[in-house]
Amino acid sequence: MSASGIDRRTFLRTSAQAAGGLTIAFYAGPLPLRAQEGPPAAAARPLPDPNAFLRIAPDGTVTVVLAHAEMGQGMWTGLVMLLAEELDLDWSKLRVEHAPVAAAYAHPFFGIQMTGGSTSIASEFDRYRQVGAMARTLLIQAAAQKWNVPAADCRVEKGEVVAGTSRAGFGELAAAAAALPRPTQVTLEPPSSWRVIGQPHKRLDSAAKVTGRADFGMDVHFPGLHTALVARSPYFGGKVKRFDGAAALKVRGVKAVVQVPSGIAVVAENFWAAKLGRAALDVEWDPGDGGAIDTTDMARSYRALAAQPGGVKAKAAGDPAAAMKTAAHVVEAEYDLPYLAHAPMEPLNCTVRITADKCEIWTGTQLQTVDQGTAAQITGLKPEQVEIHTQFLGGGFGRRATPTSDFVREGVEVAKAANLPVKTVWTREDDIRGGYYRPQYFHKVKVGLDAKGAPVAWQHTLVGQSFLIGTPFEGMVKNGVDPTAVEGVFDSAYLADVPNHLVEHHAPKSPVTTLWWRSVGHSHSGFVMETLMDELAKAAGQDPLAYRRARLAKHPRHLAALELAAAKAGWGTPPPRGRFRGLAVHESFNSYVAQVAEVSVDRGAIRVHRVVCAIDCGTAVNPAGVVAQLESAVVFGLSAALHGEITLRQGRVQQSNFHDYRPLRLHEMPVVDVHIVPSTERPSGVGEPGVPPIAPAVANAVFAATGQRLRRLPLRLA
Amino acid sequence: MRLRVNGQDHDVDVPEDMPLLWVLRDVLSLTGTKFGCGMAQCGACTVHIGDGPARSCVLPVGAVGDRAVTTIEGLSAGGIHPVQQAWIDEDVVQCGYCQPGQVMAAAALLKAKAQPTDADIDAALSANLCRCGTYQRIRAAVHRAAGQTGGRS
Repeated sequence: MSASGIDRRTFLRTSAQAAGGLTIAFYAGPLPLRAQEGPPAAAARPLPDPNAFLRIAPDGTVTVVLAHAEMGQGMWTGLVMLLAEELDLDWSKLRVEHAPVAAAYAHPFFGIQMTGGSTSIASEFDRYRQVGAMARTLLIQAAAQKWNVPAADCRVEKGEVVAGTSRAGFGELAAAAAALPRPTQVTLEPPSSWRVIGQPHKRLDSAAKVTGRADFGMDVHFPGLHTALVARSPYFGGKVKRFDGAAALKVRGVKAVVQVPSGIAVVAENFWAAKLGRAALDVEWDPGDGGAIDTTDMARSYRALAAQPGGVKAKAAGDPAAAMKTAAHVVEAEYDLPYLAHAPMEPLNCTVRITADKCEIWTGTQLQTVDQGTAAQITGLKPEQVEIHTQFLGGGFGRRATPTSDFVREGVEVAKAANLPVKTVWTREDDIRGGYYRPQYFHKVKVGLDAKGAPVAWQHTLVGQSFLIGTPFEGMVKNGVDPTAVEGVFDSAYLADVPNHLVEHHAPKSPVTTLWWRSVGHSHSGFVMETLMDELAKAAGQDPLAYRRARLAKHPRHLAALELAAAKAGWGTPPPRGRFRGLAVHESFNSYVAQVAEVSVDRGAIRVHRVVCAIDCGTAVNPAGVVAQLESAVVFGLSAALHGEITLRQGRVQQSNFHDYRPLRLHEMPVVDVHIVPSTERPSGVGEPGVPPIAPAVANAVFAATGQRLRRLPLRLA
Repeated sequence: MRLRVNGQDHDVDVPEDMPLLWVLRDVLSLTGTKFGCGMAQCGACTVHIGDGPARSCVLPVGAVGDRAVTTIEGLSAGGIHPVQQAWIDEDVVQCGYCQPGQVMAAAALLKAKAQPTDADIDAALSANLCRCGTYQRIRAAVHRAAGQTGGRS
């Protein structure tokens, strides 16, 4: 914080040097997936550098710098609220901006600059408040010296420091405050004094976004910027055998045709010329190993593999095979889950300008540190010579966090090969067919119940690709177990109480690229576990709610969410005529979400009328944001549950755009009613945990309506 | 060719078959109108031609003729349109990428029908996708912009 603002160039130089080392350290180091496993206690960390996060201009404008990218999840508001809890702002003089890439902005849990894992608020709960408290302390000291009064007599109030009848705006005090020694410790406001945290706050990015002024990566433009489209192999892992760009070069506006590792780029004056140019390309592809992929065959082979021993043991206890023999009932079930595309509304894009000593990147990314390292490697520049201007993300859902930096890597390759500033743009078809999907999965489960219906033996085999093994994120794999594959099963509260269990994972390899997709492994395991729970309740002759209550007796946070959702949905009372209810509860990202779906089925068509949600996400920093994220998660999950499926035949993706990869539309929107479980725990995840319960809640309601137990997504009635 | 956008005439030297979207974005630097699908499936590129909504990603610029084009930048001269204000009040946006198109579609609906029912809103706005799932708030915001409270007619 200084009158002139942070010296950005000095700051970037010093901190980006560290970023190079950080990348390496990150590549080698394990990542804590779950907050309780890893992040060091806040108290053990040094206080942050307030200059990195906050600037105060002489006119009193306060700029808050975001270490996390805004992709719809509300960090533009939530992180500011944390800071404002400690530093009472004049909100009319507030500016918010994305951080440059620099070590100061490393994720407090993960050690690199990134946004993901539903951890932004959880990980920044202390840092942004500490920044606010440090600034408050310094501003008060500066005012106290100016007025020659004790600091204890001063307080901050809406962008000013006040003592008796004296008042001074933050802008007047900033230069003096910046010259003072920084506090080595600060005391954060106790929850009983919170004025901002826990109060619903409207989004701070609305006006820019409804007027078209918000700049997404796609909107970057400057003189001399070209647009490129890349012809990529229609087969995963395919290569260019031969190409001829002559016809493309004849298209008006096309400037260059260049080969890059991912395909052939057509560089033009504008998108339309690039598109016509790409269509005029003559390319012959060598399909490679991906040329024969068929997802129906894959499902068949996954099913066969699930029956084989030899998977990686993710969790084991007792002797499930022996216990199964003594079980009163045995339930066996198999589940098929398809590849899914993220399909954010903003197609992928990356703008790159390379000069002799600098590579500038404008894009919406969730993974700045990795992108920076990738760009440095390609250009031969040092990491600190790579600048990333993070733009608003037109949706991320995990697709803009690729360990391989795919779309940034390609953008840098194209700009380098063309020797021009270039915005590489993906069409919707490129996006839908471009891989990095939620992996296709198969689950095979066998559960033995005792005479009272309690599970006593549980055998669970998952088959699906790992997207961590062989990537910079391999450090997350522990003892061969990829937690993103088995999460929601191996750490399930249900399983914890089953004395004999075995969870195994087979990770077949495929040229089809896969990635985390909003809620990651929980996106399939939540469906399996919660529809299975209904089957077990049925086998035990018990009500689905009562059965879960008994299973979750030692898990109060699951139970509280479940009870709240059930009560608000009127579980146990008759639903409106023609409608049926289903419920589900699932823990993910250290939060607990229960949902009750109200569904009707008419001639095979499933209609979801109402969804009641309850979430325990610890302290709800911005309850308005939590409600919005739950609404969002329901729609995202329903899109997949009702429509979502990526299939391949003869190596080619069969879907291409929104007509055949269908997100939910307005006329299909249920009423979504969200309730927050009051909590004083530290904040936990919000963006993703609402996704896993919706598909099983709907499937369970469909069972109630039709008696058909659907174990495949998307849901299709026989 | 001459194109009238947001009340201003522009002479543009582009092929007639170039979609209006790319003339707006890449030639006139009006980037508020978004590219989402390129085949009139998502509505992110919605603009007004005259008073009616149009999908600019599939509309050849040569077909616009002398009709007035209004984009999100020109929806409300020097202020905020009631639809935009309703969007802010209902805290609709998330990632925001689809919202200029949603706002333009809603503004066109309200011009055509000042007091829309839920069925009218479904009919007018189901062609506009939102991957963040802000539909419940979009519905409420349209009712609010229409001066309707309660929102379920």
